[in-house]
Amino acid sequence: MVYHILVKPASYEYHRAHDLEHALELLGELGEDAKPLAGGQSLVPMMNFRLARPSALIDLARLDELRYLRPVGDGLRIGALTTHRTVETATLPGGFGVLSRAARWIGHYPIRSRGTIGGSLAHGDATAEWCVLAVLLDARIVLRGPRGQRTVPAAEFFHGFLSTAAEPGELITEVVFPSPAPRAALTEFAQRQGDFGLVVVAVALETEGGHCRAARVAAGGVGSAAQRLPAVEQALAGAELTERAFAEAARAGVAELEPPEDIHASAGYRRTLTATLLRRACLEAGA
Amino acid sequence: MTVLAGRQTGVGARVGRHEDTRLLTGRGRFADDVRRAGALHVRMVRAPVAHARIEAIDAREALGTPGVHTVLTGADCAELGPIPIRLPRGDEPASALQPVLPADSVRYVGQPVAAVVAEDAYTAEDAAELVRVEYAELPAVLDARECAPVGTIEIGYGGVDAAFAGAAHVVRARLEVGRHAAVPLEPRGLTAEYEAGTGKLEIWGATKVPVFNRGVLARMLGLPEERIHLHAMDTGGGFGARGEFYPEDAIVALLATRLRAPVTWTEDRAENLVALNHSRQQEHRIAAAFDAEGVLLALTDEVCHDNGAYLRTHGFMVPELTVTMLPGPYRIPAFHARIAVALTNKTPCGTYRGPGRYEGTFAREHLFDVAADRIGIDRAELRRRNLLRAGEIPHRRPYSALNTEMVLDAGDYPGLLENALAHTEPWQAERDRLRAEGRVSGYGFAYFLEKSGLGPHETADVLLHPSGRVTVHSGATSLGQGVETVLAQIAAERLSLPDTAVTVINGDTDLQPFGLGSWASRSTVVAGSAVRLAADAVAAKARGIAATLLGCAPEELLLEAGTLAVPGFPERSVTLADVAAEAGRDAIEPGLAARRRFTVDHMTYPYGMHVALVEVDTGTGAVRVLRYLVAYEVGRAINPDLVEGQLLGGVAQGIGGALYEQFHYDEAGQPQATTFMDYLLPTAEEVPDRVQTLITEDAPSPDNPLGAKGAGEGGITAAGGAIANAVRDALGVPEDLGGLPLTPARIVELADAHR
Repeated sequence: MVYHILVKPASYEYHRAHDLEHALELLGELGEDAKPLAGGQSLVPMMNFRLARPSALIDLARLDELRYLRPVGDGLRIGALTTHRTVETATLPGGFGVLSRAARWIGHYPIRSRGTIGGSLAHGDATAEWCVLAVLLDARIVLRGPRGQRTVPAAEFFHGFLSTAAEPGELITEVVFPSPAPRAALTEFAQRQGDFGLVVVAVALETEGGHCRAARVAAGGVGSAAQRLPAVEQALAGAELTERAFAEAARAGVAELEPPEDIHASAGYRRTLTATLLRRACLEAGA
Repeated sequence: MTVLAGRQTGVGARVGRHEDTRLLTGRGRFADDVRRAGALHVRMVRAPVAHARIEAIDAREALGTPGVHTVLTGADCAELGPIPIRLPRGDEPASALQPVLPADSVRYVGQPVAAVVAEDAYTAEDAAELVRVEYAELPAVLDARECAPVGTIEIGYGGVDAAFAGAAHVVRARLEVGRHAAVPLEPRGLTAEYEAGTGKLEIWGATKVPVFNRGVLARMLGLPEERIHLHAMDTGGGFGARGEFYPEDAIVALLATRLRAPVTWTEDRAENLVALNHSRQQEHRIAAAFDAEGVLLALTDEVCHDNGAYLRTHGFMVPELTVTMLPGPYRIPAFHARIAVALTNKTPCGTYRGPGRYEGTFAREHLFDVAADRIGIDRAELRRRNLLRAGEIPHRRPYSALNTEMVLDAGDYPGLLENALAHTEPWQAERDRLRAEGRVSGYGFAYFLEKSGLGPHETADVLLHPSGRVTVHSGATSLGQGVETVLAQIAAERLSLPDTAVTVINGDTDLQPFGLGSWASRSTVVAGSAVRLAADAVAAKARGIAATLLGCAPEELLLEAGTLAVPGFPERSVTLADVAAEAGRDAIEPGLAARRRFTVDHMTYPYGMHVALVEVDTGTGAVRVLRYLVAYEVGRAINPDLVEGQLLGGVAQGIGGALYEQFHYDEAGQPQATTFMDYLLPTAEEVPDRVQTLITEDAPSPDNPLGAKGAGEGGITAAGGAIANAVRDALGVPEDLGGLPLTPARIVELADAHR
């Protein structure tokens, strides 16, 4: 049965998938211009502005099989359709508290209630909290497609501006955070509460007797995709757990960054912001 | 027992807003709520380039789309003439006016170029994409300083040059105010329906100045005014921008008369942000000369005003207000200001709450803080030495503003300064405590003069019904400000009735064809005064009828609690309801009603001070407004709750312009802030929850019977100045901050430069 329903976006076909297999089937049939619809918090506004004009939407709302948080060994598997709000409010296994704390930074409550972790990763916005955390914590992104299942490390998943390793016909089904990060923090700055962060940073420290043994550092808003900041990681390795040491490492690490410029922030301002946020994230993580 | 109902619910009472019941229960009626059977929907085709010649428009594909009725282009509406200026000075060049739809060129991104009419809004939007417009791009002018002005306004008096030459201190600043705008939350919408049987054009969705809009449409469409009826509506905010006569107002009405069908149009947010008037963008090169004691000798300002692509809706009004209001509440022996108005390839500008004063108050008050520091006297002391004293009021400025003599009426400016300082003294201690904790905090204030109650007149009808209830038909318009409540209170008090017995209908052109509308903080003052006059006329008429009924002289009767009675003889009394019933039986002029006009030559000048306590995060550039005070002299607060509401809303918008909002354009003239992701309206999170108001009634206006001064704009006027001064205090910057908005990026730059 075909219904014609009038909508604000450019005309498109709407399909509801019954389950994952059906969704993959539809994706295969409908071709590259079809888009899967998860929480719709990025795609639907873009369609209303007619910046995105998919030929068809494949609604994943019925795929309850992709809504879960499951411990696996030391790690944590999160189904792609798990909402931000679910992560924010879940009782997570030890060492994954950073995921709940970070989720609070995402948009506003209504956005967190609908938006999904898989949708956010698939969209691949450089300042998306999940993209930054995935890169930080060496998450693995599980994809299902016409050639079966594959797993892509986050480090290889984000290619550039809103562009990822997902192939046509593939769906993100799960993200795996392989190991706990008890001393991790994400922080960001936006001009208004709930806006996209101008810069988002996340750090995971391994500490030993007042020192930082090793550090992982990731940031969004400093390049076309979420990325690790190896210079900061090196500067933090062996540093004391003091604000001064954190500040020095942050300053040294951001000097070489070449962040994008837009109406809200120059490259120089983004560097300053990155240094400030790194210092604060380290303080939070090292506390 | 005698209940003086008027005194409990009349002027000065904090009665609940009459509008709230319907608005808070979802029963308000807004433009897009209007549904007319068989209505056709309009979608505008808007220019995607900042400046171009239109080579050709090909609408064939759009017209071939099923459901599309017609496509209107510039060729179809050349005879309508341009969009008029509502209050022209007379020196606006006709070539600067905006056509309804352009015949040959476009001058800004978002300019309507064609209108597609279809059976539903979505088909219209789809078909609008199929209208092929061939543009030959032309160079875009984006910097107002780089082009010849379309007009210049110059005012002044006294020996400015000599004053500067002989001054002990001369302080100069170059200050920019960013392009931002009213951005009411309800986008514009309009429905027009031509009744072929009666030849009447019915319009829903106009606000602010419906009688003016009716006149424009009558001229454009060749209809007598009385055959055009603009209906009273609710509005999700006006703030100066919404409700003026725009190209879309002409297009929708024209289509309805041509197609003989109801035609409806609602803009989306992306359109609203480029199509509704912008405002504020100016550069001030301001200078002040002082003697050794910090007494002002002269003030000068060279202003460059970016008016966008056309002189639309307001002509030179904002530039004129900028310079005429610049001296504010101060004693200034010599003054010179020149404002050059430039047309650029950006959205046209008009008024936005506090037009000209937000900009000028920021420039002057920021300069005065720099001056005080430079001279080495306290910032408040500098004001103290230069504010006009109570004995110097009324004070006449030797020039006119908006065709009125500028006479600063009742006021005690230094008194309010001391009052506001005393109220916020603990904030300075709080700032010092924060600083002791290593936090970057600042206290700042800005003094301002407002203007309100612009005439020349306003009209009101008051009708007293046999039910005992009263209806008011006012020429004001309901923009969310609560003017229905205020007018009800005024009528109720004059008739000794509870305010809830009064229903106010604003802005219906059939019911009140003589209204001028709501703008310039005028309605409480002039519409309120008109209601008072009409209510008094009704009371006088009632008194005459009652006197006949009771067999006494009219002047023997006392009007109390809705009853006219001979004092001391309770049985010799009659209710207003009964008088109205009796009036209905009159053989010659039935009914108990009066129409009255209030006429006034001068504006009335409220004044006040904003004080801010801020904290700056120098690592991110974020400015947090911790505390905020608006002290404001309103002459007479008809309803203090509503005055406070006006002030709080103004503060929120003022913070927006000071810290967040800006319409950026790229070098090709493409607007960069076309969504609420990029155009940063402050939200509840960004507005301090501790905004205090200090409303004073020390200086009632002598120019109207209420003694009222307008309260619509005082909440925003000095916000830019107060926040900039507080941020400057926090950062310890010796010079000026350069301009608004103080974005985080700018704050970090300033903090780094002065670390």
